Amino acid sequence: MSSETGKILTTDGIPLEVSLKKAERKNKIKAFLLVAPLLLFLLITYIFPIGDMLMRSVDDKMVTEMLPKTFKSMEKWDGKELPPEEVFESFYLDFQKLVEEKRDGKLSTQLNYTKNGFKSILKKLRRKAKNFEEGNYKEQIMAVHQRWADVEYWRAIQRRAPAYTSQKYLKGIDMYKNEEGNIVSVEEDRRIHRILWLRTLEIAFFVTLLCFLMAYPIAHLLATLPMKYSNLLMICVLLPFWTSLLVRTASWMILLQQQGVVNDFFVMIGLVADDSRPEMMFNKTGTYVAMTQILLPFMVLPLYSVMKTISPSLMRAGKSLGGTPFVAFWKVYFPLTIPGIGAGCLLVFILAIGYYITPALVGGASGTLISNQIAFHMKSTLDWSFASAMGLMLLAGVLAIYWVYNKLVGVDNIKLG
Amino acid sequence: MALPKYTETRYRVWHYFYITICSCVFFFLIAPLFVIFPLSFNAEEFLSFSEGMKNLDPDAFSLRWYKDMIYGTKNPWGLAAKNSFIIAIFATLGSVILGTVAALGLSSRHMPYKGLIMATLISPMIVPLIISGVAIFFFMAKAGLAATHTGIVLAHIILGTPFVVITVTATLSGFDHSVTRAASSLGSDPVNTFMKITLPLILPGVISGGLFAFVTSFDEVVVVLFLAGLENTTIPIQMWTGLREQLSPTILAVATCLIILSTLILVTAELLRRRSERLRGINR
Repeated sequence: MSSETGKILTTDGIPLEVSLKKAERKNKIKAFLLVAPLLLFLLITYIFPIGDMLMRSVDDKMVTEMLPKTFKSMEKWDGKELPPEEVFESFYLDFQKLVEEKRDGKLSTQLNYTKNGFKSILKKLRRKAKNFEEGNYKEQIMAVHQRWADVEYWRAIQRRAPAYTSQKYLKGIDMYKNEEGNIVSVEEDRRIHRILWLRTLEIAFFVTLLCFLMAYPIAHLLATLPMKYSNLLMICVLLPFWTSLLVRTASWMILLQQQGVVNDFFVMIGLVADDSRPEMMFNKTGTYVAMTQILLPFMVLPLYSVMKTISPSLMRAGKSLGGTPFVAFWKVYFPLTIPGIGAGCLLVFILAIGYYITPALVGGASGTLISNQIAFHMKSTLDWSFASAMGLMLLAGVLAIYWVYNKLVGVDNIKLG
Repeated sequence: MALPKYTETRYRVWHYFYITICSCVFFFLIAPLFVIFPLSFNAEEFLSFSEGMKNLDPDAFSLRWYKDMIYGTKNPWGLAAKNSFIIAIFATLGSVILGTVAALGLSSRHMPYKGLIMATLISPMIVPLIISGVAIFFFMAKAGLAATHTGIVLAHIILGTPFVVITVTATLSGFDHSVTRAASSLGSDPVNTFMKITLPLILPGVISGGLFAFVTSFDEVVVVLFLAGLENTTIPIQMWTGLREQLSPTILAVATCLIILSTLILVTAELLRRRSERLRGINR
């Protein structure tokens, strides 16, 4: 019709197409304005700070800014032999400036991280530098201590020239850049972080598995029972779900302690002797038991909401076509529950991998996870850049899992109970 | 679930096995919560059942720890409870307002970049809490809001909004938009339409999102641990400190109160969910 009568016009004489587009744009802006306050709020208080973590984790400007002249003059130095007089002179000038500003202590701490032995020779240099004469700084500095004549120490300074570093990330997987610039692992007995990463994955995996094995039958029961019974049983799932995490952890601490209810029960039925009550808390067992119970509702609810939609007639059809109940279950029912399994496992795994409170309270030394290490560096060592680096590595892992899940199952299948 | 009479023995055995397993799991889920009740009435200072309690001797029970919780000297619980409620109420209000408005925009079919924006809005729910804690701490420290109520409220708004956004968008997905069009064609302005037509209809979703936000704030400890100073202590922080230092039965008294509170919230949430399902015509 439009091709014959030309463009359709609105009563204002504007082509309909233009008018519709305008209305569409207006609606788009309207919708966006509704979302804007929250989006802006989250961007400022949440998303940008995560970006800030990224900056902090690679930031190494401190030394770069403390020795600007030195690094400038070092650009031409090949690092094979002792640097030329020019480098010594600019290092002397930079250092004197730091001493004036009373910042030389920070420099010595920082350089000592890169190579041991800087602390004492910088102290010595500070004392002697007051009486330096103008010119020939190379001779004068080298006379302060023999290490100043060692090319290794100058190379160590040069390594701090870049404003950004991957050192914190390497440290997070127990690796470091050695003096030749190669990336190597730390000694076997100091690889604490790799153990923690592996343990986090292991605990998250087994907690997810245990949750799945326990949640599947009860979700099935809840979905197939008549309403009046299933509502009652649903409370057993929902009450823990709504109860404070700390309350649930506290109850496990009471149950699992050596004089606790579980141990009392074991003694009563004669499983263990009264004087050899097993240690069930402050180790991995405690973490496993408590985390499984706490995360179980997150597995039951998605499974239940999927199973509820499966019509019982499908199973009957399977059986009437000659399948035994087990075959009918395995060929008909189980495949239909896969979206629920996926959602539940994703939820539990992601929650478990970042768990902090419960492992910190019942985990002891052998049951703590990577989150506890992050919190430790945030609160105790105050190495915030390292905490940021580890946090971002964990975040990358979580996002990767989420991405894979989205490819395989689709995030839209997640339901909140 | 009664079995038909003609069931073969092996399926009968399997059925009882299945029921037993389910009972064990339900027991595992719910029993830990019920250990706390009797022990909070313990007359003694131990956290295990005394001989007197096992014999149901009335002298073995007392309200001692509840009295300690309320009147005890140097008692942190009063301040903690006050802070917890103030923070949770303001955080819930903030989350509900921001989240509902955003959900209205997100449910519009004109919304551009819907997937990306939705992912951003619910990201605080997906990102592990410890990472959120670090990031929010960096922001609050820079903004000078660390160790203030305002800072904690803002942090809890961040953590609470995803729940509101999700529940309200879910409610709006079954919403009949012709009623709002009818309202505007009858001369109502958008704000009036929202207050008189949309809000009453989506209220169950808004309230249940608000309940999620409230519980999230009331129970949140990881982020508060980074942010709180001595003045902003909350119930979860006090419990955390108590559990780490010495496990006194007073904590059990507090825990009992919290379980009662969560039961109330559970009942409210369930009633709302059923009402909203009835309204949406989902017949189950």
